[in-house]
Amino acid sequence: MADPVLTFTDRGIFCPAGGFHIDPWRPVPRALITHGHSDHARPGMGSYLATHQALPVIRRRLGPITAEGIAYGEVRPIGGARVSFHPAGHVPGSAQIRVEVAGEVWVVSGDYKTEPDGLAEAFQPVTCHSFITECTFGLPVFRWQPQPQVMASIADWWQANAAAGKMSILGAYSFGKAQRLLAGLPDLGPILTHGAVEDMTEVLRAQGYRLPATIRATADTSAKTHPGALVIAPPSALGSAWANRLGPAEAAFVSGWMAVRGIRRRRALGTGFVLSDHADWAGLDAAITATGAERVFVTHGYTAPFRRWLESRGYDAGIVETRFTGDDPDDTPPDLPPDATHEAAPDTATNAAADGGAA
Amino acid sequence: MNRFATLFAALDGTTKTGVKTRALADYFRAAPEADRVWTIALLTGRRPRRAVTSTELHLWAAEAAGIPDWLFEESYSVVGDLAETIALLLPPAEATADLGLDAAIRGLIRLTGQPVEARRAAVLATWGQLPATERFLYNKLLTGGFRMGVAQGLLTRALSLATGVEEATLAHRLMGDWDPASTRFSALIDGDAGGDARPFPFALASPLEAGAETLGQPEDWLAEWKWDGIRGQLIARPGTFALWSRGEELVTDRFPEFGPLADFLPPGTVIDAEVLAWDQAANRPLPFAALQRRIGRKTVPKALLAEAPARLLAYDLLEDGGTDIRDRPLSQRRARLEAIIAALPPSLSPSLSPGLPLTLSPSLTFQTWESLARIRATAREHEAEGVMLKRATSPYFTGRKRGDWWKWKLDPYTVDAVLLYAQAGHGRRANLFTDFTFGVRDGNDLVPFTKAYSGLTDAEFGEITRWVQRHTLERYGPVRKVPAELVFEIGFEGIQESPRHKSGIALRFPRMLRWRRDKGVAEIDTLASLRALLRAAD
Ligand SMILES: [Zn+2]
Ligand SMILES: [Zn+2]
Repeated sequence: MADPVLTFTDRGIFCPAGGFHIDPWRPVPRALITHGHSDHARPGMGSYLATHQALPVIRRRLGPITAEGIAYGEVRPIGGARVSFHPAGHVPGSAQIRVEVAGEVWVVSGDYKTEPDGLAEAFQPVTCHSFITECTFGLPVFRWQPQPQVMASIADWWQANAAAGKMSILGAYSFGKAQRLLAGLPDLGPILTHGAVEDMTEVLRAQGYRLPATIRATADTSAKTHPGALVIAPPSALGSAWANRLGPAEAAFVSGWMAVRGIRRRRALGTGFVLSDHADWAGLDAAITATGAERVFVTHGYTAPFRRWLESRGYDAGIVETRFTGDDPDDTPPDLPPDATHEAAPDTATNAAADGGAA
Repeated sequence: MNRFATLFAALDGTTKTGVKTRALADYFRAAPEADRVWTIALLTGRRPRRAVTSTELHLWAAEAAGIPDWLFEESYSVVGDLAETIALLLPPAEATADLGLDAAIRGLIRLTGQPVEARRAAVLATWGQLPATERFLYNKLLTGGFRMGVAQGLLTRALSLATGVEEATLAHRLMGDWDPASTRFSALIDGDAGGDARPFPFALASPLEAGAETLGQPEDWLAEWKWDGIRGQLIARPGTFALWSRGEELVTDRFPEFGPLADFLPPGTVIDAEVLAWDQAANRPLPFAALQRRIGRKTVPKALLAEAPARLLAYDLLEDGGTDIRDRPLSQRRARLEAIIAALPPSLSPSLSPGLPLTLSPSLTFQTWESLARIRATAREHEAEGVMLKRATSPYFTGRKRGDWWKWKLDPYTVDAVLLYAQAGHGRRANLFTDFTFGVRDGNDLVPFTKAYSGLTDAEFGEITRWVQRHTLERYGPVRKVPAELVFEIGFEGIQESPRHKSGIALRFPRMLRWRRDKGVAEIDTLASLRALLRAAD
């Protein structure tokens, strides 16, 4: 029997016919990269292949690398495989990777979302026999509201804070989510950016993505110099000394996980906006159906229940284990068990006995 | 429930007391009157009876969402809250209607006892017309697990802001046996609700951490034993006779031996007292365990009545001849109390209790603080926990006010705390929930501060296990989050600062001394009182 088109190794997804890996997490000679998030584009590969749109961010993050760009839809033979990249709608430059060997087609989704966000190249379904799909939000409780609705509620919040003489700090991942907010929010005042966000914004702006003017937040910028401003910062900056320095402000976290009240509360933030760069339950379902695939491998998320769901619907389904560390907060599952157990003060004397308790 | 949802979002989105108070006061100014009454009811623990079980909700929601049961379970385990899981799973409402809080709850009350098909149809119809947040709140009404982070004090403050009525007055008016379904907001605020049996808010003492000598002149103080029973308020008004526990529970029928007092106390008498199981022969209280056997029983078998007869030891008189005398000095109230008790015949109903079921909690005579300290050291011999010190001029105030009333316990290291999380034990106790996390109050929040594993009987652990199984709000692996309702007295050997813990403190050798079925979450201790122990321990 011939090799399958793609196999799953301890370095990542591998194509025996083409001799390349897709989004590998350990060094390999030849890597095809779906997008620039650091859980997908890792350092140390012999060579990189990614979309022209994805490369600038990858280069910025990884430093000097041997890399080549490819246009969306362009077909490239690599060994015995024919490879092409197709928009995944996740972040600017993100792609699904189509691999065809002897007429059999497999598609690796990378991260994706089905709703066009006005910035990233819009998702396009790709017909295939086998589909390897992420399922970060692969449970039916995750159902996104249309983007215009979410942007409108963020805009309301921003305006209300400004009226109260406060800044508005949004915690959003510095590549992708931050720029999606920049592109999607109405012009209601100055926008300050944390250095990590501004670095990525500069790269994308130079590529020609349409983004509004932003001001890099420095030691000299604050609520005084920019009253009523919106501040976009990585989630880790929320509640930090960096954020406190800005002066009176409200903070909110922007992530798909904010759909769950318990997670919202555990992050100790009053406000959370539900906006994700991953497909919701309905989006996953639509995307999988559109591929026409009979075989589906799930990865990256609620893999066990999602696979079971697919099987119950007649798919031949499997799980691909990943080594994703995920610096995209949308990728990272919430910290469970929650503070319920962390917070509870196991007393000093009986601590040792509390083996099951303090997780 | 639009307005109620806005209120909930405002309360849920902040930990700042000021913001919560304002949000609540605004609500009490603007919401429809009937909704206000229900909101007060929900915030004071007056919940409508459950019209549906969790299992039914589970089933109907999975059906409505078009997903198999196991997928519902998976979703539930991620979301951790049944009401929210359902709200998230259901398909978005097709057409939303503004269902008022009053209408929603009345709808639920009508459902109780109806056949399952009728209940199912009604719940599905309501789900179908509510937007997500309101659906979540509706589910919270259905599951009964409501907590909005609003302490009683915050509620009365907000109501006071909205109505102009004094806080202490409101605290009194909100007590008693009023039914939100038939009570008007104006009647509640004006004090016309609550019925003839409405009790007064209990005055509470603070733990005395410093020595008694810091209190000034001994002659300014009255001392008595701090009894180890349950606090009660006896109401004898024309046509009404009632005994309230401190947790605002009517326990009149559980103590039939007090019944004859209705005929002997002057009309319009309200007495603050301790309920104790009494050893007639030795003329002293029985250990708390004896009383515990009485507390849980709605009807008392004859044998138990004989083995653990109850007695009221009176502390204070709050109403005399129908007049509220709480403003008068304690010394005067106490004199009237003594007179009323002295006027009782030597026995009321020998068949029910051989002696008097109501006697005075004796005053302890002392000239110096040293002599009182010596008396206090003998508390255990009297089945008491320590002594109470009350300023002779003090009024009977509402709630806890530092300065006039102190409890000077023998063992300083006990704290009343509420169960927040439960986890199964190990080995022999693997099928019981025995590992508990407890919280104390910190402002409007409950802060987890210790775990404890031991100190209860297997029977009690069994009862709590069944309760946990029925009342689980959230599940995180082996840990169950439960409604903050069960109160326990936690004893410990020491206390120290611990920046590692959210509470900032760590206890040494905490253990459960007893399950305080007589107490509600409103009566637990505060983080501030624990911190005070910390200072005292230095
Ligand atoms: Zn990504
Ligand atoms: Zn990812």
